[in-house]
Amino acid sequence: MLRSSFTALGYRPDAVLRRVASRPRGGLLSGTGAPHAWSGNSDPAVNAGSEPRPDGASLESRLVMNADQIARACARMAHQILEANQGANDLVLMGIPTRGVPLAHRLAKVMDELESVRVPVGALDVTMYRDDLRRQPTRAVGHTDLPVEVEGSTVVLVDDVLYSGRTVRAALDALGDLGRPRVVRLAVLVDRGHRELPIHADHVGSYVPTRTGEHVSVRLAELDGINQVTIEPGSGPDRGES
Amino acid sequence: MRHLLSAADLDRDQITEILDLAEEMSLVQGRPVKKLPALRGRTVVNLFFEDSTRTRSSFEIAGKWLSADVINISAKGSSVSKGESLRDTVLTVAAMGVDALVIRHHASGAPWQASRWIDAHVLNAGDGTHEHPTQALLDAFTIRRHFRRSVDDQLNFEGKTVAIVGDITHSRVARSNVLLLNTLGAQVILVAPPTLLPSGVESWPVLVCNDFDQVLPRADIVMMLRVQRERMSGGYFPTPREYTIGYGLTRPRLGAMKPGAAICHPGPMNRGLEISADAADAANSLILDQVAAGVSVRMSVLYELLGGGE
Repeated sequence: MLRSSFTALGYRPDAVLRRVASRPRGGLLSGTGAPHAWSGNSDPAVNAGSEPRPDGASLESRLVMNADQIARACARMAHQILEANQGANDLVLMGIPTRGVPLAHRLAKVMDELESVRVPVGALDVTMYRDDLRRQPTRAVGHTDLPVEVEGSTVVLVDDVLYSGRTVRAALDALGDLGRPRVVRLAVLVDRGHRELPIHADHVGSYVPTRTGEHVSVRLAELDGINQVTIEPGSGPDRGES
Repeated sequence: MRHLLSAADLDRDQITEILDLAEEMSLVQGRPVKKLPALRGRTVVNLFFEDSTRTRSSFEIAGKWLSADVINISAKGSSVSKGESLRDTVLTVAAMGVDALVIRHHASGAPWQASRWIDAHVLNAGDGTHEHPTQALLDAFTIRRHFRRSVDDQLNFEGKTVAIVGDITHSRVARSNVLLLNTLGAQVILVAPPTLLPSGVESWPVLVCNDFDQVLPRADIVMMLRVQRERMSGGYFPTPREYTIGYGLTRPRLGAMKPGAAICHPGPMNRGLEISADAADAANSLILDQVAAGVSVRMSVLYELLGGGE
């Protein structure tokens, strides 16, 4: 029953099977594995900005992507980026710290394996461009690293979670001070909806419907020793996300 | 962190945070748009009761590159020259709604006093013979850069020996550096004639030596202090010539330095007095790096103080 309801969504049946198969050992999975907790649907119109189901409240953390699912999502996004750009010409991947940076490196690795191309990877810290600096104590600034000139290039901004869109807005401003790229695109591992600005991702690993109070926790082996995406129940809006 | 009044206010983690952020800030110098929006809408006033070129201009550039509005007030040409007191001047400027006051004053403790009177952040840009914390921070930044193999190399100052040479008694740069370098774990050796060592120096966390030539082969950093003109006739040493012989970084001494060691000087230099032209322009002289670091470190400090909400 569960399987058919997922395949009805028409996307990535392999991931669905994987999820179903992994459920019994998934200690982090909270009980029911409510269908809405994960959706392979790639159509943003269906999920982005939509309110999560009222019955979806959970007091435990829910696993929404495991290591294999993250790897497949990265592989697909890497394909899509190369396809959209018609190759790797003038392509630059700019990760937004903290977790956008290892994600950008993963995308570059897939591209190298696919087409034997070395796509430059950089880091773009947006802290000082945020619009909420005054609303909390001084924020730590991350690292910015520009591997090549962005002038005239195709820059793909890479981040872990797309939420309000404010981080991306800050990233566009930060990028503008470094040069004038020909094209800027956005790739995110998780789009959790609830946009507050007219910003849209070009490449999405997974659409994850959430409640505003929840926290989407992306953990990557490079930094956290484990690859997984979970939804943590939260008490209030999480300002650390974007 | 609310004010920056003394290098003693900073612990090792805070110093490392400021220096790491300064590394990020230094990248702005090489960008086409030398501006970050972090302090947009903030007002910083440079209140300078004493002459200064590099400190004032680097605070001004630092504030402007962070998009703050920076206003310079110097004693000459302001109401201070009409006899207005420090308190009235500070209260007047603060009443205009500024967010931070950068104060240089000839009286030790003036910035600390000002911080009691007003709500704005106060930064000590040099007070009398007391302290100059941003100078010590930029020196530490320059030293760290010199010895670090890569940006990720968490340089341990422990095991590094810094010789500070010259007029210790009247030097706020020396005081702030002793405090900061000691917090970072470096060994500081003060080198000066007995007349230019302050009373109570025995209680400082330093070694003291009157013989420059004995210290020179041991020091990883040789930091030369400026001999202020007014000291030359003050009976602290017989003649400038004799001072150079005993405590100047002359060409022969340049050759006696430890391999890999570097030279610092807070400026402005008296070439031929405390430092020879050969030493000032030597390949291992970090003097211009210190000036460049001044902007980055002051951007970092301004961001730490003003970057967040109240």
